[in-house]
Amino acid sequence: MTYLPAGLPAPVTEADKLDQPYWEGTRQGKLMVQRCGACGTWQWGPEWLCHECHSFDMKWVEVEGRGTIYSWTRCWHPVHPALKGFGPYVAVVVELPHAGKIRMLGNLIGDPQQKVEIGSAVTAVFEPHDDAKTPYTLVHWQRV
Amino acid sequence: MTERTLRGKVAVVGVGETTYYKHSQSPDPEFVLALKAILAACADAGINPKDVDSFASYSNDRNDPSRIASALGCKDLRFSNMQWGGGGGGGAAAVGNAAAAIVSGQADIAVVYRALAQGQFQRFGLAAAGGTVAGENALVNPYGIFVPAQRYAFKMMRFMHDHGIKREALRAIAMASYHHAQANPRAVMHGRPLSAEDYDNARWIAEPSRLFDCCQENDGAAALVLVSAERAKDFKQTPAYILGVAQGSNHRHAARAYNATDLGTSSFGPVAPRLWEMAKLGPKDVDVLQSYENFTGGVLMSLVEHGYFKAEEANDFLKLENLLAPTGKLPMNTSGGNLAECYMHGLELQIEAVRQLRGTSTSQVPGAKVAGVIAGPMVTPVSTMIFGAEETL
Ligand SMILES: [Zn+2]
Repeated sequence: MTYLPAGLPAPVTEADKLDQPYWEGTRQGKLMVQRCGACGTWQWGPEWLCHECHSFDMKWVEVEGRGTIYSWTRCWHPVHPALKGFGPYVAVVVELPHAGKIRMLGNLIGDPQQKVEIGSAVTAVFEPHDDAKTPYTLVHWQRV
Repeated sequence: MTERTLRGKVAVVGVGETTYYKHSQSPDPEFVLALKAILAACADAGINPKDVDSFASYSNDRNDPSRIASALGCKDLRFSNMQWGGGGGGGAAAVGNAAAAIVSGQADIAVVYRALAQGQFQRFGLAAAGGTVAGENALVNPYGIFVPAQRYAFKMMRFMHDHGIKREALRAIAMASYHHAQANPRAVMHGRPLSAEDYDNARWIAEPSRLFDCCQENDGAAALVLVSAERAKDFKQTPAYILGVAQGSNHRHAARAYNATDLGTSSFGPVAPRLWEMAKLGPKDVDVLQSYENFTGGVLMSLVEHGYFKAEEANDFLKLENLLAPTGKLPMNTSGGNLAECYMHGLELQIEAVRQLRGTSTSQVPGAKVAGVIAGPMVTPVSTMIFGAEETL
């Protein structure tokens, strides 16, 4: 059982492999993000160099999947054929205070009509799609 | 060193539009719409279209200036320019780019244009089916986030949360556009007024936006003709002079998955101060404003970040009576704007600003001398400009 219906676009690694460690990590239930090997700056989304010191020595490190809701939306209008007759559903932007306040986007697991509050604590929930042509795992969030 | 500025050096001397249609309703192909708008703008100015030598557009407009110049039989093609960025963020920047080309001697008679026929091409508000996604889209599409109403919801929601903005403030923005459209026979929503009840009862699209917080999608085309200030009076219309223009973005705006340093913003924070500096004016000097509504929440943030009022004052300022011509404190979107006139990616807003300075708007602000235009907010880059009548030079 997935949060959203089947038929939405499947994520794949970029042709230049910039984000490959992230997608490989999710398959193992790990949240991998970038941290600069030279100055320690956290960075998300991925980029080839550090936006702070311009070092190309970007390391991929595992971070704990917890954070707070930074912003959110509840989507009612179906904009994709797979979402016809479905909804509403909630998407959240989550801030990770222990990883330089980087942010991540996912769906908020649970009642789609639940009251959503900025600042609420959430933890990551991995949602594998093993049957996809190229299997992948999404990262959702759940209220603590 | 002489001051580097566009202030007072270039004027709009012609404006043109096609009929505005609901999306996918244009009987003409998109290229024909572009040509018709350009011909109308040239006729308005009293310029032979064959004398146009430069073209500028934005948002990846599909109508190539070389083809336009060939189709029109232009004697010379000197300057052709495309402003980076999607959405309507580049509406003012495209005018600024054309003006910069004129001032620097690269262009003489420049046309800024935008044409849209969404029936011929894919609509903005609908996603394509199936397939795979990579890069930025891989981090958002699988979670059901595709279109602008969803993508920008996070910015508006955060700003409204931080500053305690009430829905009534957004409602005033939507109702002002619909109110002005009732006086404008060109407006797609002419004859379709919006009541407070209609607004409140409309379905959600993506919170915090209900149906009437969101722009239309339309077919049509719009164009403006620009010349140097020295030549502006040779043509038949009252010139609208460019007093200031600025484009840009906020820190790390395009960092994927909502990692811009400041998320709850229209992106005008660092841009608007440059506008006021070049125009040598401030928000209190503006007689009438056109502010691009992709979503009413975007207008809210644009107004705050241009300094029209503080975020804490938004609930008090954003009352319908304050936004209406002729007597409101800040008459806004006086043709009906993107919500109710036409979503011509905001170029219709530039045209309305010119009309206000000519005194020919259907919701005229008496004696308007300074007209602001804020192009599409929340995207990157954004842009903004000020037009002035001759007295402001
Ligand atoms: Zn670094």
